[in-house]
Amino acid sequence: MTKTAVYTLLVCVLMGLSAYAAFYVAPTEVTMGLVQRIFYLHAPSGMTSLAAFLVSFVGSVMYLLTRKPRWDWLAVSSAEVGVAFCTVVLLTGPIWAHPAWGVWWAWDARLTSTLVLWLLYVAFLILRTMMEDDDRRAVVSAFFGVFAFLDVPLVYGSIWWWRTQHPQPVVFTSAGLDPTMRKVFYLSWLSLLCLMALLIRQRYELEASREELRMLEQELEAR
Amino acid sequence: MKLLSDTAVLLQKELRAEFRSHELLTTASIFILIVIVLFSFTFDPTTAESKQFGPGLLWLAFLFSASLMLQPSFLKEKTNDTLSALRLAVGDPFAIFLAKLCANTIFLLVTELILLLVFGVFFNIAVMPVFWKLAFVFFLGSLGVSTTGTALSAVSSQARMREVLLPILLLPLLVPVLIPSAEATRALFEPDHALRWDWLGILIAFDVVFLTALWLFGEYLLEE
Repeated sequence: MTKTAVYTLLVCVLMGLSAYAAFYVAPTEVTMGLVQRIFYLHAPSGMTSLAAFLVSFVGSVMYLLTRKPRWDWLAVSSAEVGVAFCTVVLLTGPIWAHPAWGVWWAWDARLTSTLVLWLLYVAFLILRTMMEDDDRRAVVSAFFGVFAFLDVPLVYGSIWWWRTQHPQPVVFTSAGLDPTMRKVFYLSWLSLLCLMALLIRQRYELEASREELRMLEQELEAR
Repeated sequence: MKLLSDTAVLLQKELRAEFRSHELLTTASIFILIVIVLFSFTFDPTTAESKQFGPGLLWLAFLFSASLMLQPSFLKEKTNDTLSALRLAVGDPFAIFLAKLCANTIFLLVTELILLLVFGVFFNIAVMPVFWKLAFVFFLGSLGVSTTGTALSAVSSQARMREVLLPILLLPLLVPVLIPSAEATRALFEPDHALRWDWLGILIAFDVVFLTALWLFGEYLLEE
C-alpha cells in the first residue's frame, strides 16, 4: 500500500470514530437537544478552515519572498480546502440556528464574519482564474492572499463589536462545556485537521502534476 | 527623504492629470449622487429613519463609487505603457503606490465632502455643525479605501474581466472600513456629536496594517 492510501485509511477511521463519538458518546445537550450534535462538525470545521487559511497565508508570504512555485501550490491548495471547510460551516450554521434561534440566518457576529471570510477567499480563487501567465498569477494572488488574511482579524473585530448574538465560546474556557463533550469536540477537530492535511496534500500533488505536464508540453513544442 | 521627494513629484503628476481632465471627480460625484437618489426610493427619507440608515447608505455609495473610481489608477499606466518608465524614474517603487494612494485619498475625500452637503440637504440632516469631525472620519475611511483600492487596482489591471474583478476583490476586504465609518458617522449625527474613538481605532488599525503590508509587498506587483 502506498503512503497516501495508508494515510487516507487513517483519516477515514478517525472520521468514523469522531462521528460515532458525536452521536453516541457525547451526552445530549439539555436545552437544544439532538440538534446540538451538529456542533461537533460545525465549530471544528470553522477552526479547520482558519487553519487552512493560515497555511495559505504562509504559502503566499513564502512565495513572495522565495519565488519557489511550490509555495504557490501550497497557497492555492490550502485556500481551496479552507473554502470547502468554510462552506461546511456556512451550511451547518443555519441548520443549527433554525431550531435554536427560530431563524435560518441571524446576521450574528460569527456567522457573518465567516461569510465575509468565505467571500474573501472565493475572490482569491476567482482572481486566480482570471490570470493567464503562471508567474504573474502566482505573484498577484500571493499578494491578495496576504491582504485577505490580514483582513481576517479586522473583519472579526469590527463585526464582533457591531453585533453579538452568538453563543459565547465555551470550548477554551474552563467552565461551561461538559468534559465528555470537550473530548468529543477535540477528537472531531483532530480528525478534521487530518482530513484537511490529506486534502491539501492531494490538491498540491495535482498542482505539481500540472506543472510537470506543462514542462513536458514545452519540451515537446521545442522539438 | 528620496522616497518623499519622489512621491511629491508623482503626486503632482497625478493631481495635474486629474485637474486637467476632471474625469474622475465628475463621474464619481455623479455616480454617488445617482446612488443617493436611488436609495431615497427604497425608504422614506423624511422620517427619523434617515438618520438611522443614512450614514450606512452614504458609505455604501462611497465604496461602490471607489470600486469604480480606483479602476483607472494603474490601468492608465498599463494602456499608455508608462509603468516601466515610472519604475525607472523612482528609487523605491513604494513611491509610486504612495503617490497614487495620496492622490486617490484626495479625490475620494473631495467627492465625499461635496456629496456630504448634498446628502445633508436631501436627507434633512444638519452636517455643518460637525463638518470637520465628519471630514476627519471621512479621511480615515478614505485612506483605508484608497490604500487597499490602489493596491488591488494594480492587481486587477493585470487580469481579465478587470472591471468586475476589482469590486469583487475590494468590497469584501472593506467590511472593516464600512462598519466603523458608518457607525462613527452615525454617532456624529446624534445630538451629542461625539467622536467614537472605539470605531476610529478600528479604522486607524486598518489603515496602519494595510499601509505596512503595501510597503512590504507592494513592489512585487510592479514587476514586469
